Amino acid sequence: MKNHIIPAIKLTGVLIVFLAVIYPFLVWGIAQLGPNSGKGEIVEYKGAVYYSNIGQVFSEAHYFWSRPSAVNYDAVGSGASNKGPYNQFYLEEVQTRINTFLRLNPEIDKSEIPVDLITASGSGLDPNISVQAAKIQVKRIAKSRAINEAKLYELIDAQTEKPLFGLFGPEKINVLELNIALNESTSKSNQ
Amino acid sequence: MNTEILGILVMFGLSIILAIPLGKYIAKVYAGERTLLDPIFNPLEKLFYRLSGINPKTAMNWKQHIVALLIINAVWFVLGMIVLMMQGSLPLNPDKNPNMSVDLAFNTVVSFVVNCNLQHYSGESGLSYLGQYWLMFLQFVSAGTGMAAAVVIFKAFREKTTISLGNFYEHLVKSCTRILLPISFIVAVVLVFEGTPMTFEGKDTMTTLQGDTVSVSRGPAAAFVAIKHVGTNGGGFFGVNSAHPFENPSYLTNMVEMIAQMVIPMAMVFAFGYFIKRGKLSWMIFGVMTLGFLLLVIPTIRTEMYGNPAITAMGVEPGLGAMEGKEVRFGAATSGFWSIATTVISTGSVNAMHDSMMPLSGMNELLAMMTNSFYGGVGVGILNFFLFLVLAVFISGLMVGRTPEFLGKKIEAKEMKIAIIITLLHPFLILAITALAVALPDYTVESINNPGFHGFSEMLYEYTSSAANNGSGFEGLKDNTPWWNISTGIVLILSRFLPIIGPVAIAGLLAEKKFIPEGGGTLQTDTSTFGVVVFTVIVVVAALAFFPALALGPLAEYFSKI
Repeated sequence: MKNHIIPAIKLTGVLIVFLAVIYPFLVWGIAQLGPNSGKGEIVEYKGAVYYSNIGQVFSEAHYFWSRPSAVNYDAVGSGASNKGPYNQFYLEEVQTRINTFLRLNPEIDKSEIPVDLITASGSGLDPNISVQAAKIQVKRIAKSRAINEAKLYELIDAQTEKPLFGLFGPEKINVLELNIALNESTSKSNQ
Repeated sequence: MNTEILGILVMFGLSIILAIPLGKYIAKVYAGERTLLDPIFNPLEKLFYRLSGINPKTAMNWKQHIVALLIINAVWFVLGMIVLMMQGSLPLNPDKNPNMSVDLAFNTVVSFVVNCNLQHYSGESGLSYLGQYWLMFLQFVSAGTGMAAAVVIFKAFREKTTISLGNFYEHLVKSCTRILLPISFIVAVVLVFEGTPMTFEGKDTMTTLQGDTVSVSRGPAAAFVAIKHVGTNGGGFFGVNSAHPFENPSYLTNMVEMIAQMVIPMAMVFAFGYFIKRGKLSWMIFGVMTLGFLLLVIPTIRTEMYGNPAITAMGVEPGLGAMEGKEVRFGAATSGFWSIATTVISTGSVNAMHDSMMPLSGMNELLAMMTNSFYGGVGVGILNFFLFLVLAVFISGLMVGRTPEFLGKKIEAKEMKIAIIITLLHPFLILAITALAVALPDYTVESINNPGFHGFSEMLYEYTSSAANNGSGFEGLKDNTPWWNISTGIVLILSRFLPIIGPVAIAGLLAEKKFIPEGGGTLQTDTSTFGVVVFTVIVVVAALAFFPALALGPLAEYFSKI
């Protein structure tokens, strides 16, 4: 037994240097060549910097809204509701979200609302919504910004991210990038 | 075809296609045959052994293997307690996160030493970068420990009769350097270029487009997330694990992380066949495992794609499926697939919240951990399956009225006793401690996040996940209390080391026995008929033992709503 303790301690030391110092250092070195030197992918708009992967709260009428979030998109942490599918309080909350959406988007029929807009994501930071979730917000935004609906549909088309290689996974839209494109296009048309 | 289903088929198919050559490579590594990476690792490992005063050529018997394994694990535990309880005043702590309490540190260190990665803390606020990297070190060596134990079984059946089963330290080092590290490195590089952070700077503050001010936690995550999957550990860098858009930024990273966690458990099965020169036996094992996996995963994908009937009934567009706790970039189908993959192979990383999945999906996740042998974790998966093989051989032997033999060795009373005790330990621990938790509501009931049957499922899941060394959770459970930290910690220790010791002991005992050449009356263990027997044994043990508990949790929840 004793003749195992010293080698175990020494081997632990050696492996720490190799696996927990040299390995991450190599990855860190490669990250310097990656997007934003490994500090998280960003988009810049009008001098401000945003993390493109981290969702944001959009609640004003003239923006495309994000999904509900259990942590209100505060990326200092992350979290989900963890509500069970038949939890009565949870189902009431979902019903409230539907009612609120219909009140603020009176021209939309209930049967058009996709479930991603009324359910909270796993991370609480989901940067995406489905294409349908963007489309049902067009009427409200068109009114609020006094612009053409067709133009908004074009914008959604241009911002739709196809499945990986056109084959794998769902279609989606990055809400932040869509809203930046929206600001961009309206500021151009106002000039 | 539906792009979500196509994505799943490619993830699963690629895992199998990559596992076959990887299995061959793993067999060569443990046999000491020449491989491509020799020029790098031969001199490096020589240096490691010299610095640690280890002679890798010293052969050990099975008891020496276990002693060496337990001692080095104890060293990691002690060092881990020191690091986590002092991290607040140690370097690499830009966010000024505090020391861990003693019960939380105990739970966390145990859970990472035993390859479970149950997390009762949130990475963003609970750990310094030094703490994270200590845990990352454990992710490598705990996976290496499981693999080193599996090699004992490999060696026991390669030789006709032997007591020397290789050297534990050599198996451990080779697993880390030649198998886990190269694959992790490739995965980490993909993650970095897809947007996973790899920085030692602390959190950043930004003003959103709407004008709110929020902080964004970052960190050296890419290196960590890679080994978390490759070693089937599953402990996330950020609180919500691979649902976090930094930890799993795109569908591509989701595919890479999925393949990374499935490939070694699958490859170990093929490695076993190459190593003992019985390829057909590998395919029998792989077939049984795959059958079990498919039976769990297909209904789960369907259920999640179908959506939550209670929400559909409100009159909305249900096409996206059950999206509570799920991310749009993965979708309901892929998240359903991940939830079963991560529970059969004991990773326990999640890309969606299991607590919010439909009752029958939750049941399948539980069943995946209760059987705990469909692929299984790196190394330990094949150890668990080996126990079921021994049981099946014994039962078949009884049926034909011959002394049971497996690969030319007689299986006798001593081996059977060990196999039975270890097999029954799993249901015993889960059921007994869950019962205890239910019987002591003063300590447990306040932690529950959902009322009714689902609340019971949360508790059952927590102990099942601990006993299966899985680490995922019905995360609504507020589990950072002394009760949960200590009780799951004890389950973790027992259900890690006893199921390693048991199979290693059986293999060691069998290896010492006389080899009996196969004759006309020998039970053929590499046929599909025998596969059916093994599968039946697994189903009977899991279904009979756990059915009552499942009936009180997910089944009751399901049937009370239709």
